[in-house]
Amino acid sequence: MHPAFSVIFFTTASGAGYGLLTLLSIMQAGRVLPADPVMGAVGFVIALGLITAGLLSSTFHLGHPERAWRALSQWKSSWLSREGVYSIATYLPAVIYAAGWVFTDWRDSLFTLTGMVAAILSMQTVYCTSMIYASLRTIRAWANRWTVLAYFSLSIMTGALLLNALATCFGYYEPALFWTAATAVVVAGFVKMRYWRFIDVTPSDSTAETATGLKGEVRLLESPHTQENYLQKEMGYRIARKHSDKLRQLAIAAGFVAPVLLTTLAHISVPATAAPLSVLAVALAAIGLLIERWLFFAEAKHTVTLYYGATSA
Amino acid sequence: MTSLPQRAPETKLGLVIDLDICVGCHACATNCKEWNTSGHSAPLTDYDPYGADPTGVWFNRVHSFEVLGEDGDNRTVHFPKSCLHCDDAPCVTVCPTGASYKRDEDGIVLVNADTCIGCKLCSWACPYGAREYDQDQGVMKKCTLCIDKIYNENLDEESRVPACVATCPAGARHFGDLGDPDSDVSRLVAARGGYDLMPEQGCKPTNKYLPPRPKKTGVGATGAPAALEPMVEGGGGAFLRWIDKVLSR
Repeated sequence: MHPAFSVIFFTTASGAGYGLLTLLSIMQAGRVLPADPVMGAVGFVIALGLITAGLLSSTFHLGHPERAWRALSQWKSSWLSREGVYSIATYLPAVIYAAGWVFTDWRDSLFTLTGMVAAILSMQTVYCTSMIYASLRTIRAWANRWTVLAYFSLSIMTGALLLNALATCFGYYEPALFWTAATAVVVAGFVKMRYWRFIDVTPSDSTAETATGLKGEVRLLESPHTQENYLQKEMGYRIARKHSDKLRQLAIAAGFVAPVLLTTLAHISVPATAAPLSVLAVALAAIGLLIERWLFFAEAKHTVTLYYGATSA
Repeated sequence: MTSLPQRAPETKLGLVIDLDICVGCHACATNCKEWNTSGHSAPLTDYDPYGADPTGVWFNRVHSFEVLGEDGDNRTVHFPKSCLHCDDAPCVTVCPTGASYKRDEDGIVLVNADTCIGCKLCSWACPYGAREYDQDQGVMKKCTLCIDKIYNENLDEESRVPACVATCPAGARHFGDLGDPDSDVSRLVAARGGYDLMPEQGCKPTNKYLPPRPKKTGVGATGAPAALEPMVEGGGGAFLRWIDKVLSR
């Protein structure tokens, strides 16, 4: 599948934003985080900024961005529509919660509840994003539970790294935040490795033989057209195996190994170096995840390629 | 709109394509382009049509495959492919705006170009590659089963068939109601063992394909060798090997 940058940026940025929003609310509810108004303001600006930038970016690849509002109408059947509805619904509790945190002393159970509603809606949105891909039977590399688990765990992972860096920058050295971040990175790394293992060993049910219904070994003799068409450009994107292996290693190193090492180093180091190390962990995780998301598209094979000479999809 | 009809439509208009007869002339694809570029989903945009990299939107494409059967029973099969107007059309249910819909009355799957946002998700959901994006207009386009032709009362009755069917010089394409078990097309499918493409994808396509008939004469029955023998391979003596080397240069 063609790796469109707008969609890569959208899924990684909004995933991180929703993860941060969720953890801000959970950690505040668990009294792990002090309700520091300035830190809260920075945290919510980052979370809602990433979500908003991602949502705007996702409209760039549309043929008619001015009609994007229509995408909210078909939530009964379409995961893309549900994603739109949940993403907008999340803003309401998130903005009330953020305003309460930053501008008032409102800290009763209703405040906590508002935060938890924002957290639940955030995770619902991430779930809908993952289901857009996991519900497409045409793409074996997407239509599996590892896709859903990867979107969840990567969202929580980036949110946890962001929150750990944020707290450290404001001088809060909270072991619970470190342990959450470290565990989230290890879990997400494990899920992603299992995902890659799964797509490497699980073939699609569809072959050139089922696509044509012809008995025997089916080979493309002549393409219907001389030039690449939309289907081949959009669905026929392939990456050489050796490049994908190297990029996977890079994604693992930058996305999972480096963040664990850097946050651990930050945790055991002196306060002066803890903040820059935690921030560096976020930066490397971002690079790793952009590569990971690029691969998520580039490695995915679509059944339509079976009509264009592919023997398996 | 984006949900499928509550139950599968009783009338299921569709095509039956006979792979035994198709000669791969591309007339169906060409006449489809001709009719539809001024039809319901007009235009079928071309990009760089007279330049070095001409591409564009087509509703129907003719692929040609080689099939390597058992005992050297090989054949070339021309394979026209357009929208199969599936009963369980995933392109319809993924649509976030309701622009992609399946008609209750005849099962035809269409796109409303006025509400399509051009997100392309329907083309990802279709296993068959039936949908092609028009980058000039920013909307998705697809086979309409010539909805503006098959119901057109300004045309005489025998012209009210899809353009691809009307033009096929070999008679390899049939149009009719596949929901009616007594229709000509349903009888043809039953008699010839018509089948679904990629049944494992669960889309329940309406269009059916008729398989090539078995060959009447097997390989070697004409007296010709089943396969050509290599002139020199290993053996043949030093002289023939030298000739082979010289000729292979």
